[in-house]
Amino acid sequence: MEILVCVKRVPTVGGAITLTADGQAVDTRMSGFTISPHEECAVEEAVRLVERHGGSVTVVTLGPVAAEEQLRFCLSLGASTAVLVETDGSELSPFVTAAALASVASAGGHDLVLLGNEASDTGDYQVGIRMSYFLSQPVVTGIKALDFAAETSMLTARREYRGVSETFRLPLPAVVTVKEGINLPRYPSLPGRLRAKRAVIERIPVLSTIDRPELLTSPEFRVKGLRVPAAGKRSAVVLGSGVAAVPELVRVLGELGVLP
Amino acid sequence: MTEAPTRASAVIIGAGIVGNSLVHHLALLGWKDLVLVDKGPLPNPGGSTGHASNFIFPIEYSKMMFELTKDSTEQYQELGVFTESGGIEVARAPERMIELKRRVTQAKAWGIPAEHLTPEGVHKLVPYLDPSVILGGGYFPTVGVVDSLRAGTLMREKAQAAGALTVLSGTEVLDITTAADETGSERARSVVTSAGEIQADNVVICCGVWSPRVARMAGARLPLTPIVHQMISVGPIALFAGTTGEISYPIVRDVDNGMYERQHGGDMEVGSYAHRPILIWADDIPSNEAAVLSPTELPFTQDDFDPQLEQALELMPELLGDEKAGTRYAINGLISMTPDGHPLLGEVPEVKGLWSAAASWIKEGPGCGRVVAELMSGRVPTVDVHEASAARFYPAARTAAHTRDRAAEAFNKMYGIVHPREQYESTRPMRVSPLHARTTALGATYFETARWERPQWYATNEPLLDKYAGRLMERPAEWESRWWSPIINAEHLALRDGAGLVDLSAFTILDVTGPGALAGLQNLAVAQLDVPAGRVVYTSFLNDAGGIVADLTVMRLSSQAFRVVTGAADGARDAQWISDHLPAGAVLTDVTSAWATIGLWGPRAAAVMDEVLDEAEKWTRSAFPFGSIRSVEIGGSVALASRISYVGEYGWELHVPADQAGHLWDRLWEAGQPHALVPVGIGVYGTTARLEKGYRAFGAELTPDFTLVEAGMTRPRVKAQPFIGKQAYLAQREAGRSMSAAVLATLTVDSLVSADGTPRYAMGGEPILALDGSRLVDSRGRPSYVTSAGSGPSAGSHLLMAYLPASVSPVGTKLLVEYMGEQYPVTVASHGAVFDPSGSRMRG
Amino acid sequence: MTVFCLVELESGAVADASLRALTLARGLGPVAAVAFAPPADLPVAELAAYGVSDVYAVAADGYAPRAWAWAIANLVPGWPDAFPEGPAGRRPAVLAAGTDRGNEVLAHLGAIIGLPMAANCVAAAPAPGGGLELVRQRWAGLLLEDAVLDAPVALLTAATDAVAAVPADAPGPVMVHAVKSELSPADLMMRAEEAPAAAGGASLATARVVVGGGRGVGSADGFAPLEELASLLGGVVGVSRVVTSEGWRPHTQQVGQTGTKITPDLYLACGISGAIQHIAGCAGAKHIVAINTDASAPMMARADYAVIGDLHQVLPALIEALRAR
Repeated sequence: MEILVCVKRVPTVGGAITLTADGQAVDTRMSGFTISPHEECAVEEAVRLVERHGGSVTVVTLGPVAAEEQLRFCLSLGASTAVLVETDGSELSPFVTAAALASVASAGGHDLVLLGNEASDTGDYQVGIRMSYFLSQPVVTGIKALDFAAETSMLTARREYRGVSETFRLPLPAVVTVKEGINLPRYPSLPGRLRAKRAVIERIPVLSTIDRPELLTSPEFRVKGLRVPAAGKRSAVVLGSGVAAVPELVRVLGELGVLP
Repeated sequence: MTEAPTRASAVIIGAGIVGNSLVHHLALLGWKDLVLVDKGPLPNPGGSTGHASNFIFPIEYSKMMFELTKDSTEQYQELGVFTESGGIEVARAPERMIELKRRVTQAKAWGIPAEHLTPEGVHKLVPYLDPSVILGGGYFPTVGVVDSLRAGTLMREKAQAAGALTVLSGTEVLDITTAADETGSERARSVVTSAGEIQADNVVICCGVWSPRVARMAGARLPLTPIVHQMISVGPIALFAGTTGEISYPIVRDVDNGMYERQHGGDMEVGSYAHRPILIWADDIPSNEAAVLSPTELPFTQDDFDPQLEQALELMPELLGDEKAGTRYAINGLISMTPDGHPLLGEVPEVKGLWSAAASWIKEGPGCGRVVAELMSGRVPTVDVHEASAARFYPAARTAAHTRDRAAEAFNKMYGIVHPREQYESTRPMRVSPLHARTTALGATYFETARWERPQWYATNEPLLDKYAGRLMERPAEWESRWWSPIINAEHLALRDGAGLVDLSAFTILDVTGPGALAGLQNLAVAQLDVPAGRVVYTSFLNDAGGIVADLTVMRLSSQAFRVVTGAADGARDAQWISDHLPAGAVLTDVTSAWATIGLWGPRAAAVMDEVLDEAEKWTRSAFPFGSIRSVEIGGSVALASRISYVGEYGWELHVPADQAGHLWDRLWEAGQPHALVPVGIGVYGTTARLEKGYRAFGAELTPDFTLVEAGMTRPRVKAQPFIGKQAYLAQREAGRSMSAAVLATLTVDSLVSADGTPRYAMGGEPILALDGSRLVDSRGRPSYVTSAGSGPSAGSHLLMAYLPASVSPVGTKLLVEYMGEQYPVTVASHGAVFDPSGSRMRG
Repeated sequence: MTVFCLVELESGAVADASLRALTLARGLGPVAAVAFAPPADLPVAELAAYGVSDVYAVAADGYAPRAWAWAIANLVPGWPDAFPEGPAGRRPAVLAAGTDRGNEVLAHLGAIIGLPMAANCVAAAPAPGGGLELVRQRWAGLLLEDAVLDAPVALLTAATDAVAAVPADAPGPVMVHAVKSELSPADLMMRAEEAPAAAGGASLATARVVVGGGRGVGSADGFAPLEELASLLGGVVGVSRVVTSEGWRPHTQQVGQTGTKITPDLYLACGISGAIQHIAGCAGAKHIVAINTDASAPMMARADYAVIGDLHQVLPALIEALRAR
C-alpha cells in the first residue's frame, strides 16, 4: 500500500500563546515547531499499515524550507520518502493547500492519503475533504480506528459521535483524516533519526502544483489579524483547604444547581 | 493564594535547589520571618533544578568546587535522596588517557576514591558500552544521582516546620527597591511582588538563569548568562526493564565528545556540552504560562544534537540503536554560566543587603545555600568561597557582553582538557597598562588576570636563552611547556644577575582617607599601621575565625591618607572587604586606573636608579631604607617609590600617574641599557622569584583554611590595638607552631625523571605523599597538596609549596609528590626562602 | 437573503450546538433551518423559539456527509448556475454548528460549490466594505482570528463553546418544507453505519456536569472516586491529555484541543494543572471548580472556585457529604 501523509509545520504551544508585535502571527522565538498531534497519529497509522500490508509511506508538507525539520521528524518515525512543496511561508488558503497536496498525491498514485482531522493552528477542518474532490476519491474524517482488508481492498473507518459509533466502508484510493487517539504514536529511535537526517527531501515549488498563481491569495477570505481572547483569568474564590472545605463546596454546588 | 507578609527578615527569590537550601540553613541559624518567593508552581517552579540530570561527580580540580560538591553530597545523603551509582569517564583519545591520570591523581589529593580501568574493565561495569571504541576509563565509585526537587521540598518543609518561613509560589517579583542608608550606601529595602510589597533588610537572588534580570531591578549586575545544554531521554531500554530504582549502572561521561549517558529508570539520558554555544538573554526566557514545557526547557534543536547522536550510538550501539527505543524527551535546557565557571555567592558589590546565591548547579546547590546563609549570618563560611565571591569581578567583567563571550568560549571546554594556565581569547584585550604599546614592542606574551593583560614573558629576551643555557630547566613534555617559555627562567636569572623592569600596572590601588582612615584600617590589619608617614607595611587581613582573607601592602602617605596595593585578582574582593568595614570618617577610593606601577629590582637596580634620579635627589637613594616610601623626581616626572620587593632583590615599586608611565619606563629603559636591564614578566614576578623566596600568595598558600601561624607568618609582637580575628590569632599563637596541625614548607623535587625518562614538572594541586605512597592528612583532616609549583632557576630545583602535617615538616624530611600518576621524591627544603634566606640581597 | 442553518437533532430536540449556531445565524438574516429528518420528527416549537421561519426537512437515511452537503447545495439560490448578486450582508449564507458533523458537511459544501468555508466562528456581522466580518477560533479557541469573508455565499460554522444559545425575542410562525434530494451512489458511499458506542453513557461534549481528572489522580485506579462523584452528579468523567498518554483512561474521555471541547454547567477539575491544550477544551464550561494541592496551578487561575488540597482526601469527603444529604 502506497500511503501519502500530509503534515503541517505549526508552532509548538504549551502555555499561553503570545503573538508577534504586529498581531499577524504566533511568536515562535522560544517555542519551536512541530506537527499537530492528529498528524503524528496519521504518520503512525500509515507506518503501521505499511508494516502490516507492505508498501511505503511518503510524507508531504506545504511550507517553507524550514518545514524540512517536520518532514525529517516524520522520516525518523518510519516514513521512507518526503516531499516539500515549497512556499514562502505565508499562509495559504485551504483551497490552495488542498490543490497543491492533491497534485502531489495524484502524481504519486497513492492508494491512501492520510491527514490530521484539522491543523492545530488554523483549524480549518477542510483540507482533506477538498483534496478528495480534487482527486475524485471518497473521504472520511475524524477517524479513530482504521482497518484494511487486503482481500477486498476495502477500508473500514470508525469514529464516535454523540455516543454513537459510526462506521464507514470505502474502497481505495481514498482520503482519510484521523484524530488523536487512533493510536499511540511511537517516538523516533536514534537510528531512525540518523536515517532521517541523511534522507534526501524532494522539493517542489508550490507554483508548479497549481495552475493559477492568482489563487495563492484569496480575495474571498482575508485574515486581518490575530488576537488573544480577553476572557480567561477568572478570580477564583478559595473555598478552603482539604476536607475542611467540603461543606462550603457542597453549598456552592447547590448554588450552581448541579446537585441532584 | 497566600497573602504576602508586609515584613520579612529576608526575602529569598527562587525556590530551586539553592533557594530551598538557603531557607533551610537560615532557619537552622535561627532566622525567623523568612519569605521564599517563586513565580512558578511548587515543587517544580520551572527553573534549571526541574530539568537537571541530577548526577554528581565528586572530582574537581578547584578545591573550592570540590568542597562545595562534597558538602552538597553529604547534605543530599542526609536527606536520603542520594543514590550511589559510580561514574566512569571514558577516554577515546590518547591525550585523554593522560588527562585521566591527572584526574585520578587529583582525586587522590582530595581523598576521592578513583581508579583507572582498561576498556575491558569499563565493559565489565557497563556491559552495553563497546570497549573497542575507547582506550580506557577513570572510575569514580562514589558518583551518584540525587532527587534535587525532593531535596528542595524537604529542606523547605523543614524551614516551614521550624516556623521560620512563609512560601509564596506563583508570585512574581516585580521590583526590588533600594535607598541610601546613613553611610550613603545603597541598601535593599523591599521586594515588590504580585502578592504585595514586602519590606526586608535582606534580599537574596537565587533564581538561577533569571538572576541577572532580578538583580537589575535593584541596579546590580550579575555576570551570569543562561546557556543551552541539550539533553535527550531515550527509552524504553530493554536492558533497564529488569532493574529497580532509578539507576543500576554507572554514569558514563564520554568526555572526548562532551557527552554523558546516564540511566534514568527505564530510559537512558544522553546530555551534551559539545554542541555550538546557544546563549539566551535572561529577558527572553519565556514566562511559565507561555513556555512549552517549562521556561528553562526550550524546544530542542535537533540539528545541533545530531553529531552527538552518532557518537552515542558508536559508544552504546545496541542499547541506543534499538529501533524500539525512542527519544521520549528532548530539550534545550537552560543552565547558568559565569565568566569563570564559579558560582556567584555573597553580597553584591552595588547594593548592601542584596545577596546572590546564583550560578550554582545541582552538585553544589545545597553547599552554596549553606555558605550564603552563613555569610548572611555574619559567620565564617564552612567552605572558603572567596573564588566564588559575588564581589570578585570588576565592573568590566560583570558586563553582559563579556559574560556571554566567555561563557560561549568556556561552554565546549566543560568536559575538555583544560590546562591550569589555560588562556581564554574572547573580548581581549580589555584592560591594558599604559605601557602596553611598549611591552608589546618587546614581544610580550600576555596572560589575562581579572581582565588585565599582563606580560608573562618577553620574546626580545630570547637571546638570554643562550646565555643561560643549561640552567633553564627546559620542559620537554608538551603539557608543562604549554603556556610557558624557558624565557621566563632566563629572565629570572638575568634579574638576579643584573636588573629587571616589571610592568605591575594591573595592581589594584585603593586610597583610604579621612579622619577615620587609620582606625578603619587598623581594625582590619594584623600588622601595626600606625607608623610614620613614609612607611609601607606588608599585612594580612583575617576573618573572625583567624582565617586569612587578604594579603597586601599599605603605604602611609600622611596622617589621614593610606594607599593599599593588592593583586589584580584580589582587588575587587579586597575593596569590598575594606569598604564593608570602614567606619564613618573614612573613604575608600579605587585609584587603580590613575596609577601605573613599574618594578625595578636586581643587584644593579641601584645603579640604574642612580642614572635617572634628579641630581638634587640623588642623596635619597642611599637613604632609602627597606619598607620606606618616598616621592622622587625621575626625568621630570614624580613617582612614589616604595622600597619593597616580591622577588627578593634590591629595588623599588615605582608608582607613577598613568599619563606619565611611558615617560618613566623610557627613562628607566635608557638608563638601564649599560646595566643589563631586561624587561621581566609576571612568570618571574609571580612564580619563580617568589617561590625561591618562599613568599606566600593569597589564594594559594594564604586562604581562610590555614592560619598565619601555620603559614609561618607570625610577627614577633602583636599590636595592642584590636583588629578583626585578633582573639583567634592570639589563640593560634598561644598554641604555637609546634602545636599546629600543619606547617607550610617549600620542597625541592629531587628527581624529575618519569618512567619513560622524560623530566616532568608538577604544576600545582598534586598530592604530597609519605614515602610509602600514603596520603598525608593533618590532624584537622586537611590533605597535603601542592599549593604553588614552579622553577627555581637560581636554586637549581623545581620548587613546590605545601602545607604538611607537623610530623613530616622538618627540613630534610623525604617525601613524595604524585604527578600524572607517577611518584617523584621530594625533600622539605625550607620553611622560608630557599634562595638568599637571610634576605641580604634585598636589603642592598 | 436567507441564512440556511444546518440543525442537528439529539433525542428529539435541537442539539445545544445547533441552538448556538441558530443564534449566530439569526444575526445575519432570516433563518431557514435544514434538518435531515422527517417533518414529523422536527421540534418545530423549539426552532420557532430560536427565530426560524422556514424548515427544510430533508429525507435522509442516516448520516452521509457528502450527500447532506449536496442536499444543502441544492437549496442555495442560484446554485449551480449563478449566485445572486447582492449588497454586503445580503447574500445567502449557510451555517452549521462547529461540531464534527457541522464542520464536515460544510467543508463538503465548500468543496462542492467552490467557495471558502470559515470554521468555528464566534462572531459574524456584515462588513462595511462588503461581505462578513468574522471572528474565528484558532488553536481551538486559544487565539481569535479577525477575518473578512466576501464570497457569493458565506459558509461558516459556529464555535460550540463560544457562542451563547439565546432564544429570539419575537418568534414567528414556521413553514416546514419537505425536501427529497436526488443523490448519486458516489455521494452515498460515505455513509455512516451507526451503532451504540461501546462506552455508552452520557456524551462528554454535551454533559451538564464533567468531573475532570489529571496527573494528580496518579493512576488508573485513582479514578474510582471521580467516577462515583460523576454518577452522583449525573455527569461524566473527563481527563487531561497526560492521563490518556499514560494509558489510565481512553482517549474518548480527553478534554482539550485534540480531544473533546466541553460546555457543561459545572466542570470540577481535580488534580489538573491546567495546560493550555486542556484549557482550550474546557473554556466553554459555565462554572469551573478546581481542586489542587498547588494554589498556583494555572487551573486555579481559570476557576471560579478553588479548593486547595489533595483530591484523594477531598473527593471521598465530598461523596460522603453528598450521600448524606
